[in-house]
Amino acid sequence: MTSPLLEIDNLHVCFDTRAGTVQALRGVSLSLAPGETLGIVGESGSGKSVTAQAVMGLIDVPGRISEGEVRWQGRPLAGRNADRDARPVWGKEITMVFQNPMTSLNPLMTVGSQISEVIELHLGLSRPAARRRAAELLSSVGISGAERRLDQYPHEFSGGMRQRVMIAMGIACEPKLLIADEPTTALDVTIQAQILELMAELQEKMGLAIVLITHDLGIVAGLCHRVAVMYAGQIVETGLVDAIFENPLHPYTQGLIRSTPGLDAEEERLTAIEGAPPGLLQPPAGCSFLPRCPIGDKGCEAPQAMRIFETGMVACRKAGVPAWSEAL
Amino acid sequence: MLHFVLRRLVQGFLVVIGVTTTVFVVTRMIGDPVALMLPLSASAAQRAAFAQQIGLDQPIATQFVRFLGDIVAMDFGDSLWQRRPAIDVVFERLPNTLLLISAGLGTAVVLSIPLGAIAALRPGGFVDRLTMSVGLLGLAMPQFWLGLVAIMIFAVTLKWLPTSGMGTAAHLVLPAATLALTPLARFTMMVRAAMIDELNKPYVKTARAKGLGLIRILRVHTLRNILVPFLSISGWELISTLSGYTVVVESVFAWPGLGLTAVQAIQRGDLFLMQAIVFVIAFLIVLIGIVLDILSKAVDPRIELN
Repeated sequence: MTSPLLEIDNLHVCFDTRAGTVQALRGVSLSLAPGETLGIVGESGSGKSVTAQAVMGLIDVPGRISEGEVRWQGRPLAGRNADRDARPVWGKEITMVFQNPMTSLNPLMTVGSQISEVIELHLGLSRPAARRRAAELLSSVGISGAERRLDQYPHEFSGGMRQRVMIAMGIACEPKLLIADEPTTALDVTIQAQILELMAELQEKMGLAIVLITHDLGIVAGLCHRVAVMYAGQIVETGLVDAIFENPLHPYTQGLIRSTPGLDAEEERLTAIEGAPPGLLQPPAGCSFLPRCPIGDKGCEAPQAMRIFETGMVACRKAGVPAWSEAL
Repeated sequence: MLHFVLRRLVQGFLVVIGVTTTVFVVTRMIGDPVALMLPLSASAAQRAAFAQQIGLDQPIATQFVRFLGDIVAMDFGDSLWQRRPAIDVVFERLPNTLLLISAGLGTAVVLSIPLGAIAALRPGGFVDRLTMSVGLLGLAMPQFWLGLVAIMIFAVTLKWLPTSGMGTAAHLVLPAATLALTPLARFTMMVRAAMIDELNKPYVKTARAKGLGLIRILRVHTLRNILVPFLSISGWELISTLSGYTVVVESVFAWPGLGLTAVQAIQRGDLFLMQAIVFVIAFLIVLIGIVLDILSKAVDPRIELN
């Protein structure tokens, strides 16, 4: 493997609340190679978005990185020993597309000035040059009549078009990594497909690495090389997409795949994983999936070691044992 | 746009007509202008002669038509006190009031935006609490009292500034500061609350993810978004100042503006002067409303002018 672009090393993020300290991330480690697409899946509150925000330096009071760090091409970017000089990579080399395109653009600035802004800041282009570049970008994300569209406001764009604008902003400075935090959750299905297709196309053209955060396994299967499954602030399994879909090792991953409804499915009921994730005020010392796990036992109450193998890792002492008896 | 302005002008015209009609009803039909304007010692013959001179012997309908006609011609009658057309007195004093208001409200606007923004950065922090406490104090202190205290401290004891009157820039400082304090407190609280709201919106996260600095985010991104509510509250404050606060502040500091003139006109029973003042202020308020709507539209293209 080439030297990694992004490394997340034993990252812990806490939020200090009135009720106590919420441990949102508990030792997340990940690495990403240039040009790679990594999917991060998990249910709400599992720490997917917090991971992305930690990478972007967007963790605010009352949140803080309590341990571990994020490294960008070997330089500490976020964490206790963060290198302040590394900051200009945000918005230039690492960019982010957010979940809700309806509210993620400034309603009172023209689309053109919102795109030009980032070009002027990071590439030092003059205003007219930045504007020309913004027009090119709009065309390249599939918005026609770019020249005219530049002077329009976000409310004159549809949801899908706004997400295209967000992506145009994201690729404006030819970044090395694009983090997409549920980029299609707020869009309807046909638009979803278009946006995903656009991202795949840009990746191929620009050699962009993508971190795709989603709860939709179908999207991961279609777009990603590798996937990391998060549960209760930890990564429980990582691996190549094909391997994980074919042979999920962690019981949670198995349950997640099992509960994905298929179009051709003949079952009448949706199969859910019973129960809810543990509260993160006082997370369990052992496996946090234990209360919902059909095959867990006494031995799972102790802290779990990561089992590392060539293309991935899993945090389960019973990894590979089919957790649900029916066929997957 | 033009359509909107025309319609608002018509509406405004109706408001002004309404105000002047009210003045007419209150002064001619409910009150007795002759008793009001002539001294108690005036004889019955003098009273009758005066009534005839100002047209009070005519039927009430005729009086009203004349009254409206005079207004269109901008003729409000002669000020009894100044012995010249009332409207001339108003136009002579109006600039002084406008100067005082621009200095006072201008200061409030210019200071409140950075103060509110700084307080909003750390809600509940030291700066925030300090700003809010001083703001509450500012809202709680009545202006006549504040003005007197300011005179005692800065004019009488320290002798830094003149006590009252108009002339040099130094004369402007105390009245403008007194006038500024209440709006400053209100603006600051409003900017703070709106900023806290805006800073939590997703587009701010986008801006931060772009690598923009905090100052630029505040100046370019969030400021624009609080401008519309800020415009409406400052318009409201401008109207309150024009039609109320200046009366108090100008009286305390003997500032020769429209507010002080209004008090003097009332004291002297100068009906015609009073009428002219009410008309001009009503007209200005209507105008302010229209200008504010147009400005809001300029800031926020989503606003429909209808």
